[in-house]
Amino acid sequence: MSGNGLTEIRWHGRGGQGAKTAALLLADVAFKNDYYVQGFPEYGPERMGAPITAYNRISRREIHVHSNIYHPDYVAVVDEGLLDTVDVTAGLSEDGAIIINTAKTPDEIRPKLGGYKGKVFTIDAKKVSVECLGKNFPNSPMLSAVVKVSDIMPFDEFLAEMENSYAHKFSSKPEVIEGNMNALKMAYEEVKE
Amino acid sequence: MVDKTNINKVGLKCSYKDLTLGMMVYGEKTSEAFKTGEWTSVQPVVDEEKCINCLMCVPVCPDSCITVVDGKRSPFDYDHCKGCGICVKNCPPKAISMKGVK
Amino acid sequence: MARKDRLSGNEAVAEALRQINPDVMAAFPITPSTEIPQYFSKYVAQGKVDSEFIPVESEHSAMSAVIGSQAAGARSVTATSSAGMALMWEELYLAASNRLPCCLTLVNRALSGPININCDHSDSMGARDAGWIQIYAENNQEVYDNLCMAYPIAEHKDVQLPIMICQDGFITSHAVENIILNEDEEVKNFVGEYNPEHCLLDPECPTAVGPYSVTNYYFEAKRAQAEALKNAKQVTLDVAKEYAKITGREYGLFEEYMMEDAEYAVVIIGSAAGTTKEAVDRLRKEGVKAGLIKIRLFRPFPGEEIAEALKNVKAVALMDRTESYNDCCGPLGAEVSTALYRANAKALAVNYVYGLGGRDVKVSDMVNIYNELQKIAEEGKVEEFYRYYGVRS
Repeated sequence: MSGNGLTEIRWHGRGGQGAKTAALLLADVAFKNDYYVQGFPEYGPERMGAPITAYNRISRREIHVHSNIYHPDYVAVVDEGLLDTVDVTAGLSEDGAIIINTAKTPDEIRPKLGGYKGKVFTIDAKKVSVECLGKNFPNSPMLSAVVKVSDIMPFDEFLAEMENSYAHKFSSKPEVIEGNMNALKMAYEEVKE
Repeated sequence: MVDKTNINKVGLKCSYKDLTLGMMVYGEKTSEAFKTGEWTSVQPVVDEEKCINCLMCVPVCPDSCITVVDGKRSPFDYDHCKGCGICVKNCPPKAISMKGVK
Repeated sequence: MARKDRLSGNEAVAEALRQINPDVMAAFPITPSTEIPQYFSKYVAQGKVDSEFIPVESEHSAMSAVIGSQAAGARSVTATSSAGMALMWEELYLAASNRLPCCLTLVNRALSGPININCDHSDSMGARDAGWIQIYAENNQEVYDNLCMAYPIAEHKDVQLPIMICQDGFITSHAVENIILNEDEEVKNFVGEYNPEHCLLDPECPTAVGPYSVTNYYFEAKRAQAEALKNAKQVTLDVAKEYAKITGREYGLFEEYMMEDAEYAVVIIGSAAGTTKEAVDRLRKEGVKAGLIKIRLFRPFPGEEIAEALKNVKAVALMDRTESYNDCCGPLGAEVSTALYRANAKALAVNYVYGLGGRDVKVSDMVNIYNELQKIAEEGKVEEFYRYYGVRS
């Protein structure tokens, strides 16, 4: 978190992958931890698979700014393939970090980051998701990794809020709650620096 | 019961403040006070000798100037007759004709 | 007791509508306002409101249905954006001239073409002279509060005009932010029952709505309508005062931010006002006396009050998020310039067109505007009054 108590996060994903949902979920849990929050996508005509961007502002004081985020503290990349086409580190603070969904290690992925000097974290969100949920829903593990790296809130508080949120969201199919919770916990352990 | 629109108040010289809200017209049969019969230069006149009281003139009058009273045709309501002449065309015994008015 | 929540602007509108529980909503989906009827129709299906939801085949029909139901005595609402509002064009004027206090929750989006779904104010600014009350919001909280106050303003006996509650497409409509919500009971009591003196469904007094007005009456009818819109200014203030009593949140005709001793001011509408506040804060730290006026009520326009608020500034930028195609000035530029001229103001004014089709407005952009104002004040003249910011030359 930067000096004025504001953390800015930019999400890169593809339409349909859940990057927007992850940004809204992060806003949700931060709100429940008494933060001022913003969670918003950058909209164009909706296209499944096209690169999309979503944003979070999380702050201890009221947020007035309504622009996109150009100098994020953290960047989360939900789809590794975007590294070839999108300048994901544009404006990213060197004191911050980038979190990438990939099976590769940070050292293997760094050459693709256009000389970015800050911290690089990787998480194999697909592996975590498939192991815990049986399907590839990368946004829950990514969310967990972002919370860990950004240290926005204590992880146990994050987990408690997510459990509440899942209980609400999946009230008609409670059997998936455990898998999602496991994905969050496993992702926390699997993040590599 | 709310008051009807007083069209005597809403006359040609009234202030904008005297108009009704959104020019709405309140109350039933407000058109009765508006003497559209003043517009015409001709009026239908009945030859009572020829009239067979068939009442065919009643439904065709677009201004409801001919009504049925006790099963019989009423006198024409010249206050609202615009002199269109449809009753003349439609009268089977040709008992109605148009006359000029001063 | 207020409830803390986090909602997008569209969710906030739907929540306010659920609490207001209007008699009728007629709407047709269009981005970015689609979520409003979507959420609201769910409340109807769930029985959370008593409202009748009319799915129509176009916005022309939506506004027509709203006019019909409002004339029948039912509190009515619709939601739309951009081309949807353009298709309502004829009916917007009818709702106003027939003095029907219905509500339109507008999510501002650029008018085509080229076709674009993002925010600017070309839709509502195009309809600025349709006779509606227009209130704009900076964020989700304001659009929620404005909607809670909408019917008490519109239905006031001195007003009885339709009201447009505007927010910025996507920027606030789809951004989740913190919000403080009123209790259902508080909104219900604040809005009250709609009991028009006359309505179509009154068997005691049949009423004709929208009769033909010949030349002898048309002018007077429009003059009476103008008087009602004029009254909306004081009523907006009175309703805001009552609203503050239950919520503690105070609203005026416009918001003044750091204006007490401001030398350089920006007058702006909508979400970019928040971004401008951040720019003002930064400049103030550097000792620049920057200030901001954020328009809330655009119709009727509080010209005299704004001129008064600007009386001590050296230079002012009037920010229009729409192009007027007149090579002269934008809507806000015209209104404020007129007010300044009438007040013999000494401020040097400049009118910017900015942010069209969702072009993002950054804090640094607004800092640049203030820098330009300082330059104008130093030089003591404005070379080019009507200009563009943020467009590639």
